[in-house]
Order: sequence, then structure tokens, then C-alpha cells
Amino acid sequence: MTIYNMYIFDRNGTCLFYQEWQRNKNSGMPQEEEFKLMYGLIFSIKSFISRMSPVDFYSNSKDGFTSFNTNYYKLHFFETPSGLKFVLNTSLNVDSLRDSLQYIYNSIYVEYVVKNPLCSLNSAIKSEIFKEKIDTYIRGLPAF
Amino acid sequence: MARQGGRATDPRKVSQELFTLTYGALVAQLIKDYEQDDEVNKQLDKIGFLFFACRGYNIGVRLIEDFLARSGIGRCNDFRETADVIAKNGFRMFLGITPQVTNWSAAGDEFSLIMDANPLADFVELPDDHNQLNYSNILCGVIRGALESVQMAVDVRFVQDILKGDNQTEIRVKFIKRLEDALPAGEE
Repeated sequence: MTIYNMYIFDRNGTCLFYQEWQRNKNSGMPQEEEFKLMYGLIFSIKSFISRMSPVDFYSNSKDGFTSFNTNYYKLHFFETPSGLKFVLNTSLNVDSLRDSLQYIYNSIYVEYVVKNPLCSLNSAIKSEIFKEKIDTYIRGLPAF
Repeated sequence: MARQGGRATDPRKVSQELFTLTYGALVAQLIKDYEQDDEVNKQLDKIGFLFFACRGYNIGVRLIEDFLARSGIGRCNDFRETADVIAKNGFRMFLGITPQVTNWSAAGDEFSLIMDANPLADFVELPDDHNQLNYSNILCGVIRGALESVQMAVDVRFVQDILKGDNQTEIRVKFIKRLEDALPAGEE
């Protein structure tokens, strides 16, 4: 099992954080463009899913889009009610990582970014301790 | 990780008196700096809310994240549920009080929070020359900032305050509109 890379977006589509652990192939575009494309994809999938849904799921459940598979990788998605979006790419044999993404939000993002008055909430996160915590946590996951 | 144990034993908690007095010092300094009560009210609201222009410490938008993380509460289905969550979970968690939710407007888009006790104003008596001051106006900014983060634009204001000689402290919250997700750059 492998974890490839992770993106965190705020609700305005700004990429707050990106890290890769294993990525053999690049998208071949500037990173800024890639972030925009990823956010655009998530945005479109979400609106597509709620529009096409045969049942009215937004009224009785919090989660819409949770993950998708391709034949090579799996994209995990988790969104908080405040619109913070976590995206994690892994190999296919990894089970749902929503709990892990929830943990990253609860115990890493909130603790080390929200409660750090020097960290801005709407631009890329510069905190070293935050990056370090994420790295340690991801490397410690059974899926890594 | 988990926040357990009593207030006294947890080194990350401060005593309520310290908190109340610190808030008092903030208000007193703002009065010195801005002189006019109206202006102080505005500033308190701003500090409570988020102030995009500066990278200051903005309480509402930060508290909501802490709140969501600790309470595990998801999206509310309607404004009534939101009101209940603010009073029973939000105020409870951060101020240790549970205001009453009441005085709903006929359209269901406006309600009042009635507070019997206000921990921010425990030691406060307003002098006569500051009768326009909404001492706890920061709460308005906090509620506004927190709700904006979960995509609700609201208007929040003090209508009654025990400090001004009213019988109770009442904060009025009015729903304005739902905010939509930001569109990706370059799309309509």
C-alpha cells in the first residue's frame, strides 16, 4: 500500500498545503495550474453528484463525494462543514481514509494552524511544525 | 489529544477570572483608542469576526474550526437547528452558559439569544458616559464569523444588555443568505 500525495484547499480554492511522498510521474504543468485543476475537479464532481443524485442526500447526510478509483490510484476526499477540503491520493488497495483525514483536521490542522495566531487561514501554510506533524502522521499510517 | 480532566488540572486552561479581566482590558484599551462608543462597538465586532485585510487573529472563524473538530457536528438542516447548536453547543463549549433561543420571527429567519449570565461582564459596571457601549459586542462578531465559515451570512446585534439597565441580555441574529462555494478560477 502506498500514499502518494496530499492537497488541502480552503473554501476559496486556495491550496493551503501540498506534499508528496511518492510520485513518479508529474502532471507536466506548473504547480499553480495543477492546484487549480484539482480544485476545479473536486468542485465539478461535487456539483455533478448533487445534481445527478436520484435521492436528496444533502438533506439527510453530510457526505456527498468520498472517493474515486482509477485503474492505478484512488483519490480520497474529505470536506469539513467550514468548506476545508482534504484530498489524498493512494494506491488502490487502501481502504477508506476518511477517519485519518478527519484526524488530520481535528488534531493537526485545528491544533497547529487554527490555534496558531501567526498562521493565516487563507494562504499557504508556512508552519514547519504543521508540516512535520502531517509527515509523521502519514508515514505512521498502516496504508503508507 | 482528547481534552479531559478538570479545568484546574489542565495546564492549557486559564481561569475564568483571568479571561474576563483580559477581555475587560481589551475593551478599556479600545475605549482609550477610539473614544466614541459606536466606534468601539464596531471594533469589537470586527475583532470577533474575520478581517480579511489584515492577518490578525480572528476569533469567529478560528473558533468555528475548533468547534467543528471537537463537537463533530455536521451541517445543519435549517436555521432553527443552527440556533439550537449555537446556544446549546457553541455557547456551552466556549463560555459555559446556555442562552435561551426565543422570539422567532414569523418567517423563521430571525431569533434572539437571551443570556441570564454573561461571563464576559462579570465585574463590569458601565459608567454613565459610556451608555452607548455594547460591552460584549465581540460576541456578535464571533457569531457572524463562525456562521460565515459555514456558509451563512447573518446580521447579529445586541438589542438589550443588563449592563445598560435592561432586564436581560439579548442578542438578535438575522439570517441574510446562504453563501455558495467559491467557483474555480476561470469558470462561470
